[in-house]
Formats: sequence, C-alpha cells, structure tokens
Amino acid sequence: MVKFMARRFLNYLILVIVATSLGYLLAAVSLNPRSNFEGRNPAPPKSSVDAKLDALNLNDETPVLTRFKTWAGGVVHGDFGKSIDNQPVSSEMWRRMGVSLRLLLVGSVLGGFFGIALGTISAIKQYSAVDYGATLGSFVLLAIPVFLLAVLLKVAALNINKWAGTPIFYYTGEFTPGLQGSWWDHTWDRFQHFILPTLSLVLGQIAFYGLYQRNAMLDVLGSDFIRTAQAKGLRRRTAIIRHGLRLALIPMATFFAYEFGLLLTGATFTEKIFGWHGMGEWFIDSVTKNDVNAVATVTMFAAVLVLVAGMMADLAVAILDPRVRSS
Amino acid sequence: MTGLITTSTDGQTSVPAPVLEIADLRVSFPSEAGTVEAVRGLSYAVSAGEVLGIVGESGSGKSVSALAIMGLLPDRARVEGSIRFGGRELAGLGDKALTDIRGSGIAMVFQDPLSALTPVYTVGSQIAEAIRAHHTDTSRAAAADRAVDLLKLVGIPNPAVRAKSFPHEFSGGMRQRVMIAMAIANDPDVILADEPTTALDVTIQAQILEVFHTAQEATGAAIVMITHDLGVVAGFADRVMVMYAGRAVETGTVEDAFYRSRMPYTLGLLGALPRPDLETREPLTPVEGNPPSLVGLPPGCPFAPRCPLKIDVCETVEPPLAPTAVPGHQTACHRSGFLEDGDLKAGDVFPVPAALPPALAGVPREQRPVVLEVTDLVRTYPLTTGSIFRRTIGEVRAVDGISFDVREGETLGLVGESGCGKTTTINEIMSLATPSAGTIKVLGQETGSLDRKQRRKIRRQLGLVFQDPNASLDPRLPIGDILGEGMKAYGVPVAERRSRVSELLTLVGLGPEHVNRYPAEFSGGQRQRIGIARALSLEPRLVVLDEPVSALDVSIRAGVVNLLEDLRARLGLSYVFVAHDLSVVRHIADRVAVMYLGRIVELGTVADVFDAPAHPYTQALLSAVPVPDPRQERARKRILLEGDLPSPSEVPTGCRFRSRCPLYATLLEDHQARCRDDDPVLTPQGPDHTAACHWPEARTVF
Amino acid sequence: MTEDVGVSRGRLVLRRFRRRRIALFGLVAIVFLVLFAFLGPSLSKWNYSQKDYNAFLQPPSAQHWFGTTQIGADVYAQTLRGLQKSLVIGFLTAIISTGLAAIVGAAAGYYGGWTDRVLMWFVDLLLVLPSFLIIAILSPTFQGKTWLLFVVLLAGFSWMITARIVRGLTLSLKEREFVRAAEFMGVSSRTILFRHLLPNMSSILIIDATINVGGAILAETGLSYFGFGVQPPDVSLGTLIADGTKSALTYPWLFVFCGGLLILTVLAVSLVGDGLRDAVDPNSESSRL
Repeated sequence: MVKFMARRFLNYLILVIVATSLGYLLAAVSLNPRSNFEGRNPAPPKSSVDAKLDALNLNDETPVLTRFKTWAGGVVHGDFGKSIDNQPVSSEMWRRMGVSLRLLLVGSVLGGFFGIALGTISAIKQYSAVDYGATLGSFVLLAIPVFLLAVLLKVAALNINKWAGTPIFYYTGEFTPGLQGSWWDHTWDRFQHFILPTLSLVLGQIAFYGLYQRNAMLDVLGSDFIRTAQAKGLRRRTAIIRHGLRLALIPMATFFAYEFGLLLTGATFTEKIFGWHGMGEWFIDSVTKNDVNAVATVTMFAAVLVLVAGMMADLAVAILDPRVRSS
Repeated sequence: MTGLITTSTDGQTSVPAPVLEIADLRVSFPSEAGTVEAVRGLSYAVSAGEVLGIVGESGSGKSVSALAIMGLLPDRARVEGSIRFGGRELAGLGDKALTDIRGSGIAMVFQDPLSALTPVYTVGSQIAEAIRAHHTDTSRAAAADRAVDLLKLVGIPNPAVRAKSFPHEFSGGMRQRVMIAMAIANDPDVILADEPTTALDVTIQAQILEVFHTAQEATGAAIVMITHDLGVVAGFADRVMVMYAGRAVETGTVEDAFYRSRMPYTLGLLGALPRPDLETREPLTPVEGNPPSLVGLPPGCPFAPRCPLKIDVCETVEPPLAPTAVPGHQTACHRSGFLEDGDLKAGDVFPVPAALPPALAGVPREQRPVVLEVTDLVRTYPLTTGSIFRRTIGEVRAVDGISFDVREGETLGLVGESGCGKTTTINEIMSLATPSAGTIKVLGQETGSLDRKQRRKIRRQLGLVFQDPNASLDPRLPIGDILGEGMKAYGVPVAERRSRVSELLTLVGLGPEHVNRYPAEFSGGQRQRIGIARALSLEPRLVVLDEPVSALDVSIRAGVVNLLEDLRARLGLSYVFVAHDLSVVRHIADRVAVMYLGRIVELGTVADVFDAPAHPYTQALLSAVPVPDPRQERARKRILLEGDLPSPSEVPTGCRFRSRCPLYATLLEDHQARCRDDDPVLTPQGPDHTAACHWPEARTVF
Repeated sequence: MTEDVGVSRGRLVLRRFRRRRIALFGLVAIVFLVLFAFLGPSLSKWNYSQKDYNAFLQPPSAQHWFGTTQIGADVYAQTLRGLQKSLVIGFLTAIISTGLAAIVGAAAGYYGGWTDRVLMWFVDLLLVLPSFLIIAILSPTFQGKTWLLFVVLLAGFSWMITARIVRGLTLSLKEREFVRAAEFMGVSSRTILFRHLLPNMSSILIIDATINVGGAILAETGLSYFGFGVQPPDVSLGTLIADGTKSALTYPWLFVFCGGLLILTVLAVSLVGDGLRDAVDPNSESSRL
C-alpha cells in the first residue's frame, strides 16, 4: 500500500518535471519578451536591450536550452528567476499561492460535498421533482462558463446591494483596503468579498459532481448486493446509503482528479474577474507581458496541484476500495 | 430429507401446514415491446423441512416469482395474487413491513455470489449486519462472534480470520457459503435459493448442496430450490415443480415427475438430458423451437408450437394445472390422459433423429491419421507485481507438461474444474505459437517451426466454437459477413464466398435466407449454430469446442449436441471438446482427458474413465455429477472434495492432488510419503486408459 | 425473457431518444441555432463589418434588432457571426478530438505492451498540464494566423479523457469472443481494429463527440475571452462576451444576446448527449420503461 503510493508519487513527480520543462520551453519559444523593451520610445539600443534580457535570462539569442538550464538550476534551489519587472518570481509566487489555494480548497471541498449530496438525493428520488430540478439545474449551470457566471453574479449582487441600500456583497478584491475595525469586522468584510468568487466556482463544481454522483449512484442501485442487503432485512434506504454510497464514491475519486484541472482554469477566471491577486490572474497578466519565468512557474504550480489531486484521488480510492488495496 | 414428510398408505401426503403459500401469483413488467407477463398465475406451498425444486429454463419466471415473494422486484413490476407467509398476507405490504420478514422469516440465496456481496465490506461484517438488522439489541461484538460461528457452520476453514476478509478474497464456492451463512443468520422459516450452484464447478456444487443440508438441519427451514438442472432436483428435492412460460406445467413428487411425467415438456427436458452414467450413442431427443416470447402470448398452451402431441384444443385453450391419477401430481396438459394411458416416455413423444454412422467407424484408432499431437506441453505465465514498473517475481505454470493426441474422426473430451488449464491448453493450440516447452503438432506440422505462410495454411485447418453465442458474434455485422470473414481473410473470391455461406447455413440447419440478418435476430441456439458454421467456414479438419453448449438451455442443448455429432460424422471432423458438463462429454466424446492443476491425471476411452475411474480426482469429479434419476441419485454415496482448487502458483510437492485427495488421507504413512515426494506420471490402467496416481484403484461412482 | 426479434437496435435507440422530451428539446434547439447562425444574417440588412455612424451604443430597436456597439456595429450581425464561429469551432474540435481519442485509445488498448505504456504516459502528461495554460502560452504563435490552427490546438488538448475511456472499452472488447474468433481466423489486427472494435463503440464515440462539442465551445470562448483564442478580425461568442462584460451593467444588450446564445448552445448540446447516452445504454432505467 505504502509502496504503491510511493510508486504513484514517483510517477507523478516525473510527470511534473516533464510538464514544467515543457511549460518553460513552450513559453520561452512562444513568448517574446524582447518586444517589451524594444517597443519603447525612443527605441533603446540593441546592446542595452540585450543586457536587460540577459540579466533576466530572457534573451532569445541565447539558445533556449541554455536558458532552460539556467532557470531549472535555479528552481532546484528554490529560485524561480526574475519576473520581467526585475522582481524575484518566488516571492511573488509565495504571496499569490495562498490566495489561489484558499479559493481552490474551498471550491473543491464545498463543491464535492454538496455535489455528492445532491447527486445521491437525486438518484434515490429518481424521477421525482427534486431529481428533475437538480438534473436540469446542473445542466444549465454546466452550460454557463465561469466568466459568464461571474458577471451574472455581479449583476445580481449589484441589484441586491441596491435593494438593500447597503453593500452586502463585494466583488472586487479580497478585502476592503484600509478597513478599520475589530477582528470581527475584518472577518465579516472578508466573508463579504469571499462569497461571490466562491459561488462562481462552487456552483459549477456542485453541478459537475452532482451529475456524476447521480449516475454512479444509479449504476450501483441496480446491483445485486443492494438486493442482498435488502434480502437480509435492511430498509431500502439503509441498504442504499450503507452499501451503495461507498461504492458510488469510488469512481468519483477519479473524477476529482480530472476535474481539478478544470477547476484550476475556472479559478483563473474568478481571480481575474473579481480582482483576486492569485496565481491565475498572475498567469494571464504574465502571458500578456511575455514574462516567461513567471509563466513557467505558474505552469509548475498547476502541475503540482494536479499531482496532489491525483495522489489524493489514488489515496481515496485505496481507502474506499479494498480490492485496490490488496492488489 | 424425505423423512420429514410422512406418506400414508393411500398415497395421501399429510404435511404440516405450509409456511409459505403462493396463490395465483402474477408478475408483469412494462417493456419496449409491450407488457411482459413473466409469471402468469403461479400457485404452490411449502412446509417446514420440505424441499421444493422449481425447474425451468431461462425466462420461465422461476426467479422472478422468488423475487416477487421477497418484494424485491423493481418498482415498475406489477405483482398480483396472494403470498401468505405463516398465515400472513405479504402481497401489498410496504417496504417497512416486508423488511421485518426479509432475512428473518424468508431468506434468499442468489445465483452469483460475487456480485451479491458488497465488495467493500468484510464478509464477517456483512453477516453481522444481517443479525443486527433483526436483533437491534445484539451488541456489535456479539454479532461478530455469531458471524464467525455461522461461517464455521457453513464450512469456512479458519472462520475467525476469514471473517475479516473481503468477498474478492474468497473463491466462488466460499462466497456462496458466506451467502448461505447470511441467509440462515436469523433462523428463517423459508430459504429461497435462486440457482445457487449454477455458477460453480460440479465438485463445488456438491459441497454447496451439502451446506444446504447442514443449513436445513440447523434451521428446519423449508427450502425452495430454483434451478435449471434436473440432476440437482433429482437428488435434493422432495417435490418438484416444472415451469414453462410463467406457469407451472407439472408438479408432484420427484418420482412422479421423473418416472411418470404427464406433460410433454417435462418429458422433453428429460429426453434432452444426456446421462453421465449410461453409455448411450443414440442422439438425444431435442425439443424443437424456442420458448415463446412473454409479450402478447397467443391463446392456447404456450408449449403447443413445440409439442409433437398437440391437438386442436391445445391451440385455443390454455390447460389449467389439473390432478392426474396420482394424488398430489398435477399437470397442465390436454394430453396428460393420453400420456398416462400409454405411459409414454420422451423417445415415444419426440422424434429421435437418425444418427449417421461416423465416417471412420470401422477403422481402428491406431490406423487413423493423427490430427493433433500435443507432447509435454508447458505454458508458463510470469507472475508480476507493480503497475508501472513491472517486475517478475516468479512464474505460474498454467499447463505443466501434458501429452495427448487426437486422431481423425474422433472426439477428445477435456474436463476439469475451472482453473485446471483447459482453456490455456486450447488457447495454445489455437494460437499456433511456440509453447514455453514441449511441442504441438497439427496435422504433423510442429507449430513452433512454422513460418508465416505455413502458419496461415495450418490455421485454416483449425476451427473454434466458443461458449457464449451472445458474445462470439459481432452484433454489428450481418450473418453473411460473419461467416465470410475468415474466407475474406484467406482471399476467397466474393462469389465463392457467397455460395459457401448459403451452404454453411443449410449445413447447420438454418436457411440461406438468413444471410442478411443480424445476430440479435436469432435465439441462443440459432446463434450457436451460426458460431459452428463460422468454425467450419474454412473447411477445417480439427474443431476445438470450448464449452459449446453450457450457455444454452437444456431443451436447446440437445439439438446442438446432435448437430455436432452429425457434422462430425458427415464431414469426418475431429473434435477437442472442452466442457465442465461431464454428462455431455460422456455423450459426445470417444476419449476423455481429466485435468487437474495443469496436468492430465487420467486419460482413456469414455467408457473406461466413466465406468472405472482409477484416479481419486476423477472419481470425486464424476461422483459430484448429479444423475437425473431420483432413485439412483439418492442411493449414491458422494466423494466430497475438501476445499478449492489450489492456485497454480502454489502447487503442492509430489502429487499435486495430495492436498485434496480423499485417498491420501486413508493411506499408511509410508504410502503417503510417496505421494509427498514423487510426482506421479501417467501409468497404464488398461489398453487405452492411463492415470497419474501412485495408488490407483478403479471404482464405480454411478 | 426472449428478446423481441425484429426491432433493430437503431430503431430502438431512436424510440428511446424520442421519449426523452428534454433531449428532443436540445436537438430542436441545436437545429434552430445552426439555422439561425447561418441563415439569420441574411434576414438583417446589416453586415457584421458594417458600421452605422448614426447609431452608437443604441439599445435594440427595429433598425438594429440587438442594438449597436460603441463604434456603431450591429450587435445582431456580430452575434450571429460569433455564433457561427463558435459552432464551427465546437463541432470541428469535437470531431477531431474524438477521432484522435478513438485511434489512440483503441491502439493503446488493443496492442498493449509498450505501445500502451507510452501512449498512456503521454495522456497522463497532457492531463497534468491544464490545456488552458498551454494554449494560452502558445497563443502568440497563432496570432495573425488562421483560426483553424486554434481548432487543432483545442482538439490536441482535449482528447485525453475520451482516449482513456476508449482504451478501457477496447480492453474489455478485445477479450470478447468475436474478436478472438477473428484473430484465430487470421484476420489482420488493423481490420479487427476498424471492423470490430471501433464500430462496437461507435455509440459511445458519438455520445462523447456530442458532449465534447459543449466542452470545446466552453474552452474556445474561455480562451477567446482573455484574447488567447479567436483573434480579430474574427469574432466568436467569447470575444463578444469579453467586449460586452465591461458594460454588462450599463449596456446589457452588448452582453445578454451573446451570453444567452452561448448558454443555450452548450446546454442544448449536453442535453442531446445525455439523451443519447440514456437511449443507447440498455441498462439505464428509463430505457426499460
């Protein structure tokens, strides 16, 4: 079991290294930081541009593999290079990582929990109004991309604020800058900022997990072992919850690993639209600014997160399913 | 078991008040095609300690009726009629009320013990859960202890440890024991057993039937044994009920049904059944046609279209279940009086097809050419660990040095429990690959030495018929394409292909007009005929038959077996016939090889091996085969094997059968030493009869 | 129960699909959207590239059905233009990615061994790299080039999960007896792949392609929203929404029509996909009724 996980980890680690390298190489080839310096007026001499680019390890005249070696050498020691504004990438990364992680953690935990609950209820009450409502609602939610949902939520919040006559929801940033008050005021302020971005992420997650959980549950409901559980004297509902739910959760763990990549993408929109200074926002800005080192760093962050999600899914499957544990 | 029912002199059976009484049970399901009437007016009663056998083919409504009693049918099923349990009406009760009866009043054992147990909980906890479902005051620890006791009762070795195992860590037989333990956990009054041994090997089936005896002794429950196997019923049941198209067509004591059947369908089933204990070369009596669709059933007797005795009234009026001259014996047939007057048997009612003499009947075996010769064949598989970086940690010898030959025009039966290496053997032959060790010669050519072209040439000489006719035909191709595929691969021109396809269809008893139909449009028996036609499409000399009839219903089986015999005689084919149904092997094969753990332990003519088996494994295997003859079956003494087939990665030293051998246990210490130390080889027991045992002793087991 | 002989599988699927009213609604919606996108522009006298210098930022009117933009472009014409592009990109991407998934998955499953391990490792790698990030990084390289390149990229990063499903199906199908029968009769592995394996998963592939259409449209609009996707002068629903978002509160017509059509499109496609899955899957509850 431990050996199994260790081997999985090693496999993921190799994938992360390859993925990060690929991210760097693609960014280095595709982005053009030279244009950032050349485009100035008056046009600076080539030598000074080259010097600036060399200092940042961004000179496209240096062979890309040499640049990669320099960057990768730094990464091993925790140095992710300089951003295009000549700031250390790592300090920016540490600052922003927490913001993204908060969002992602809450997004997956709440999304997973409510999604699974919703899907289970839907499946047990198949063909009821609850089921139809939940299923159709989930389809509608899944059809709304995060950037659209975010705007709709903003519009709704604005109207509610207007109706209430006092700001209930905030939709810019994580907190009100310069707010004076007690600990409680700060917490409440953060919560007011927190709710809309979280909703923009969580609603889609609930819909996704809800639909899959419903399907997984329906697959299990017809199983022979549910019938056995009833035959030995359990109520149908008890049999379903006790014997069916756990089995239906096994495929969900795998979906979690897949879905996490999409959640990451969604968080990018959320951060950008609600003005949260997280990794996603940084990524978008960095691509626009041709900031190769920062882009590669975010790619690595994403790959590591997908790795962690994958490991957690593997672990969850192993815990839920004794058949996997023993093999 | 019969002791519990007292039969008085006038033939009236005086039985205690029935615990379970079903009256006019009707179950229907809505479906695409219309309402499926799965059960159409079924009535029966069972008393404590009694065993009622319900026999029927797939779709006869036998399992549906059991689920209806338990109230476990899906919501869309409509159930009507009366189900009285201990005097209480169950029909119409809600889930809550039924929950109290399920498990404690009426328990059920299902067919497939793998899917019937929840894979993520230990077996002990699943049994304990059953106990606590009805005895909420029982503590967890007490329930766990009781679960261990129950596991011990049903014969699970080392029950305290095994209770903590998960279902996938058990073999099929052990899982079924667990199911029985769960069923008797709350001391039920009725146990409904739905084909509990169908998925199991015959040796394990014998063990499980024993467990049912034990369970009945412990609980005194009535058992309703649902099965398609008349042999099981003959030995196990007190009374039998034969079902056809959702109704009972004959019911009575086992002897009434087997010796005095008054319904052509029962007669047909009996006639279609090959006997493991008798040397018969006559064709079986097939029941033509298929069971009717249960949607929009026409008036009249549902068996009429297949019945050779039908008269006009059979087509218009469905006969009710009516008493015959023997009290307690009822049939639903307009012609039962006619059958009774003549005391007719299957052969009198159903036309027996004339058998062709085999092509080489007169030629002695030694003078016939060898078609297949297998010498010291070994097939090993690496035992690996890890999912990404595979490491080999050893090897499994799936087939471990077997030798046999097949001569022209003869059939070799290959028998043994699942996991004995039968399938590996035929895969080795069919794939024409180089074996791990030893040689395979097809028509004198060694497979290991073939180049690509020669291999293609030899491949044509081999045909293969699969077990499951549903899985062996590509559902997306019309029959013509399926039959022509092999010829196309061999570059046979289109026109020739087309005429050959018609020829093949005619050969297997279908019409050339079926060419454009899809497999789904055929019944199971017809599909298997198509599978046989495909195997013959390249005009092979040797056909390997992998359990060709085990997926078919009894009444259909006989027709396919007859077809195979007919084709062999007509085309001069040789067969390798792999089966776990020893009765069919006895009927069709000339010689038989008994395999155990990758070895052949006994090889010889069918008559020698079946009538005078020398190896204790063969004896146990044959002894486990039920004989569809109640008197004989009850008089037999079973040789029960201990435990399951060991894993091929843990072969015992010396004689590999030693760990389960009933003979070994009775041997003196110095004799046992030889079994422990020496690996026995096949030694002659007769002119064409060898066995691999140090202390062979021929016995009769039927 | 004996199977009802005579009803072909195709007809059965059709019958079950028709019974699912919500899926039918999806199908009707898709047909409507396609017709609307491609025939709709000819109903209006405005062309997507024309500008009405007499009407800047006008709300919907008889003249401009969906209103006008800041520079006087007709929102109706622009929205339909964007819808066209999004639909085309969605369908093309889904077809390419499902095709790729079918071939890679079936090859990995059927040939096994190293082919399998290498292909699946590659799939794992692409799953670790969120496709959104990669396409965004690569977006400067296709700036000013044809949008078809964008389609190829989208498809190239969205086939992996389907490929895994196909591989799983292949693994179980190749053990099926009819495949073994073909092998023993000397049929070549390529023939088996294309004649037995892929046709037998065609229903799954069709369903997956349908569902992938929705995913592709979402991915396209998302990337286009940030300017990493469809590049000017082309427009898609994503670029239109991005332009309209800033003024979503004040000039809702810039946002409502393209947003609404996007939701409707993705919803319709996924409802059809779901309905197809239920109709094809003989084990699903509703199919038995």
